[in-house]
Amino acid sequence: MIEAEKLTKRFAGRAVVDDVSFRCEPGTVTGFLGPNGAGKTTTMRMICGFARPDAGSSAVLGGEYRRLPNPGRRVGVLLDASAQHGGRRGREVLAISAQTMGVDEARADEMLGLVGLDKSAARKRVRQYSLGMRQRLGIANALIGEPEVLILDEPANGLDPEGMRWMRSLLRDFAERGGTVLLSSHLLHEVDVIADRLVIIGSGKIVAEGTRDELLSHAGALVRAADTDGLAKALAAAGLEAREAEGEGLLVDADPAAVGIAARDAGIALTHLAPAGDAGLEQLFFDLTSGEEAAK
Amino acid sequence: MNAHAISPTDVRVADVRPPISRLTRVELRKMVDTRSGFWLLLAVAAMTVLVVVITLIAGHEDDFTFRNIFGNALVPAGILLPVVGILLVTSEWSQRTALVSFALVPGRARLIAAKVLAGAVLGLIATVVAAIVAAIGTALASPDIAHVWTFPVGLVGQDLIYAVSAMTVGVAFGAALQASAPAIVLYFALPTAIGALESIKSIHGTVEWFSSGSFEWLTQNVLSGHEWAQVLVALLLWMVLPLAIGLWRITGRDLS
Repeated sequence: MIEAEKLTKRFAGRAVVDDVSFRCEPGTVTGFLGPNGAGKTTTMRMICGFARPDAGSSAVLGGEYRRLPNPGRRVGVLLDASAQHGGRRGREVLAISAQTMGVDEARADEMLGLVGLDKSAARKRVRQYSLGMRQRLGIANALIGEPEVLILDEPANGLDPEGMRWMRSLLRDFAERGGTVLLSSHLLHEVDVIADRLVIIGSGKIVAEGTRDELLSHAGALVRAADTDGLAKALAAAGLEAREAEGEGLLVDADPAAVGIAARDAGIALTHLAPAGDAGLEQLFFDLTSGEEAAK
Repeated sequence: MNAHAISPTDVRVADVRPPISRLTRVELRKMVDTRSGFWLLLAVAAMTVLVVVITLIAGHEDDFTFRNIFGNALVPAGILLPVVGILLVTSEWSQRTALVSFALVPGRARLIAAKVLAGAVLGLIATVVAAIVAAIGTALASPDIAHVWTFPVGLVGQDLIYAVSAMTVGVAFGAALQASAPAIVLYFALPTAIGALESIKSIHGTVEWFSSGSFEWLTQNVLSGHEWAQVLVALLLWMVLPLAIGLWRITGRDLS
């Protein structure tokens, strides 16, 4: 269980995290989605006690992270995969964490196997690791204390498609055993593959939150007709906002039923009408966070 | 996939704060398990041997007492160990491992305390190693002079204090500056700058109170009360002050 309650952080007077509240329940994988600079990292660092919020509070497993006596045994944290000593061997990184939290060092080998780092990788210095290997080492490091909660900042960054599928099944499995996962990403696709709930942040504010389906229900409808111009006029006449979705038809900011009625009233024959799906989600993400991009 | 491996629902018996002794062992391990740390410590050991060998080759037999050779054997550790202490703290920032270390030990002052203790342990080990090397050197030379093995008991304690405080000064500089290059440069440049002050007539004689050069006395003679006072004041300035600044910076601020 992770709770953020009105978290706010200001740098030089500007709120980089502004009144952010959300909850991550046990058994779920929550994707924390937003463009770079939207405040994801700052929020996660506040939750893990690295940065002090200017207002608001956060709790992990019912209390402040910093109050956990041996946090590694309850919460697995990966805040930056490249934050490892380049001169240290892969296995040694895990062994140090295991020793710190009082876990049998054999867990290090177990975790290396789990994340798919072989013996030769384990002996290599971290400096020689690719970003994908560092991510795997970071995940292993987060899992070594058998935690109930995982907090991962951009864990899919640098992973290939096979690595993303691997992470998806790993985190699903973790959640199905009652674990809580919060992971951030700036790529909709990544979060969409891995997470079952989304919290979308833009310019430091939460702009949308919910399951994929809940978000999609606000994403509108995708509609096609042989007579596209006629359809556009009919939708405009019904007061529905529509725009061209490259080659796919029209993306309408309304639920499919309203679109169907408008088309029927105008006598337009539809060839396709459905919830907007991926195109809608992408458009939604872009709309929700474009203020941030424009402000740059 | 091993089902046990990522089970998040195990009953927890280990939800207790890691004891400071364990954190100290981890910090000691972190000093030697990186390439730079390993070679630095190996260099200290090699130079300790080298200094003793050079003393025996180039020195005069009349000076081949254990006390003299041991005094020389401690010099490499006195110079290089503080750098190990500096890196023990600054590497958390330069290598960004602070994001891992402080996630596992959110009590930031405890982690710094563990680093100070680890430094002290390494200082003790270095003193013992220097003593063993010096003893071997003395035995090999077996000079035909009086009082070869005479060693004042008071000097044993002073040598230990010297080695431990040298390490702690390093850790303190690292904590205060949190960046390797400035910490190392200042650590070596400041004593020189203060040494230069000695040439100023009006403050001549007072420099000992705040010069780190006073620490060298610890390895030379059993100190008088007045000298002890000077060493303690200098330690306050070189060890306690930067450590306090470091603790304030690390515990009172956001870490990144």
